[in-house]
Amino acid sequence: MTTTADPPRSRKARRFNPDRDVEEWHGRYEPYDLIKEFLIALVVVVVLVVGLAAVFSSPDEKAVTLASWSRSDPVDFAQTAITELDGTSGTATYGPPYNSTSGSSQSIGPFSPESWVGVHIPIDTASTDVIGPLQTQRAPATQAALQSYQSASPAQQAQWLTAYEKAVADATAPGGTLRVPPGRYGPVGTMIGSLTAMAQSGALDTQLLSTHEFYGTDDTKPLLFVADGTYLADLAQNQHLSGDQWGMMNETGNYPGQAWLWLYTLWYQVPPMNSSSNGDLQVWAIMMVLTLGLALVPFIPGLRSIPRLSRVYRLIWRQHYRELAGGVRAVGAARGP
Amino acid sequence: MRRMFASLVNLNGPGHFVHWGFIQMSVANLVVIGLMAVVFVAAILIPFRGHGGRR
Amino acid sequence: MTTIADKPDAVIDLPEDAHQLTAKVRHAALDALPPGRLMPDRQPAYVASWIYVFGVVTVAALSVVIATGMVLAVFGPAWWHESPTGLFVNSLHLWSVEVFFFAMVVHLWGKFFMAAWRGRRRATWVTGVVSFVVSVGAAFTGYLSQQNFDSQWISTQAKDGINSTGAGAIFNVTNFGQMLMWHIVLLPLAVGVLVGGHILLVRRRGVVPPFAETAKKGRTDTAPADTAPPFEPVEAAPAGDRS
Repeated sequence: MTTTADPPRSRKARRFNPDRDVEEWHGRYEPYDLIKEFLIALVVVVVLVVGLAAVFSSPDEKAVTLASWSRSDPVDFAQTAITELDGTSGTATYGPPYNSTSGSSQSIGPFSPESWVGVHIPIDTASTDVIGPLQTQRAPATQAALQSYQSASPAQQAQWLTAYEKAVADATAPGGTLRVPPGRYGPVGTMIGSLTAMAQSGALDTQLLSTHEFYGTDDTKPLLFVADGTYLADLAQNQHLSGDQWGMMNETGNYPGQAWLWLYTLWYQVPPMNSSSNGDLQVWAIMMVLTLGLALVPFIPGLRSIPRLSRVYRLIWRQHYRELAGGVRAVGAARGP
Repeated sequence: MRRMFASLVNLNGPGHFVHWGFIQMSVANLVVIGLMAVVFVAAILIPFRGHGGRR
Repeated sequence: MTTIADKPDAVIDLPEDAHQLTAKVRHAALDALPPGRLMPDRQPAYVASWIYVFGVVTVAALSVVIATGMVLAVFGPAWWHESPTGLFVNSLHLWSVEVFFFAMVVHLWGKFFMAAWRGRRRATWVTGVVSFVVSVGAAFTGYLSQQNFDSQWISTQAKDGINSTGAGAIFNVTNFGQMLMWHIVLLPLAVGVLVGGHILLVRRRGVVPPFAETAKKGRTDTAPADTAPPFEPVEAAPAGDRS
């Protein structure tokens, strides 16, 4: 006798609901070797997986580095670098958890967990991505430009930054070397030029990764820098990985991706989520409700009736129903003396 | 040994995608999802003779 | 009362020991899952469909995921980029994950259409769904740990969704070291505990019986004849009794 059964009185007091309750089985039992079944399943899965791996292998597209980015597209690099310096880049204006730009946190009505949690991964893009790295460079021209910039008034700096932003929009890169049209941008031209050269040498990757320690394992700073440009996004677009291409489900090349993310990415394609600045939080809210719904199906009338009403179970248990119809009931046969 | 682990079918290369209304899906994912549906239907339709062929 | 050992010096179930935590935990465990219920030799006759194998196929695939993951851990996260053998093991890991989710979803569809939560099996359903969700998270951190273009793109995109919930302040998807540790320590543990609990719940209640249908043209809304406890097959069926 188990301790899990309710006394019959309380069970009968609750009306039987076929979508919630079930008559427990008192019929026939058949031999069923569970461990043998597991071992067979294991062999089948191993053979299947070895076959798939041997035939298809797995993808490994090389990572983009600040070096490969600045060499392939120095113009995009410079155009991104100036936005990091003047605080207009995606990261600089992101808000929590990186900085506290007002109005940048996503919200649904008064609900804004992003702003409640606040800044926990502080990033000042100007010093992290530009000034800090340049301070490690020994070239006299770079040091002089940096000195000139840092000792100028904020108003003067703003003038230079605006002028450079305007000029770099028409920049070119003949033979991979950055060429920015002349303008009244003071030392900023030299600074961004030096930063580009530093990136192309590979030194910027190392510097951003190991600012505090030798064994860097946190790629946040270089990743955010790369993601602020268009180079990474263009590569992703070519591989059909962009959000508006249902890219969340996809993998590079012709490999299957994370197909189970279909419902999560679907909401990003439909209004208002597809154009709202609060789209991410809206989609997460929808998915949390739906996931909770899936977990609580047994408690939701209507939803939990679908299996019984759809009658798919008639196919699954057709052998059982055939036996019942044929009058072959072994009730009590397995219950012993 | 090195050759043994090279893949027989190269899935690296430009991907193939289907566009169906507002739905966009990679052929690879479509194959996986389609196979799942086929396997599910097959699993409930194919007779199960696991009980030593009693019936 | 079932005894655990026949050794003369192993003594259990003395009345004066009944208050012990050890005794209480042992009684609760054996009451919930006596050995014959934990590892039965027989299943109800209605367990006769190929749809029933997808639970065990999911567990088998998970075993391969973990085993291949362990091999990758032996040689470190850079191995699969540098070695053809490493790439092959990575491929085994990736495809076993695909098989894992494939089987799990087919299993979920089957269990839904069987309304497998009936008869006090709701916790089984809930642990199943939670296992699915946590597995998606485990796979996600795996994709983030690849140290290649794919992980760069996934992390810089996913950060927006996660940051919007406030979780990004702690769960930093662009932090490779952190994501790798979630992937190989925290989430496998969580999946293991959830799947283990799920399986024990299945054994505890047994496989859900079919919908009852009366002679009245497949009506399924009838009440049960009695409400006996769920599962007493093994002790009752004498060996050799095949009918």
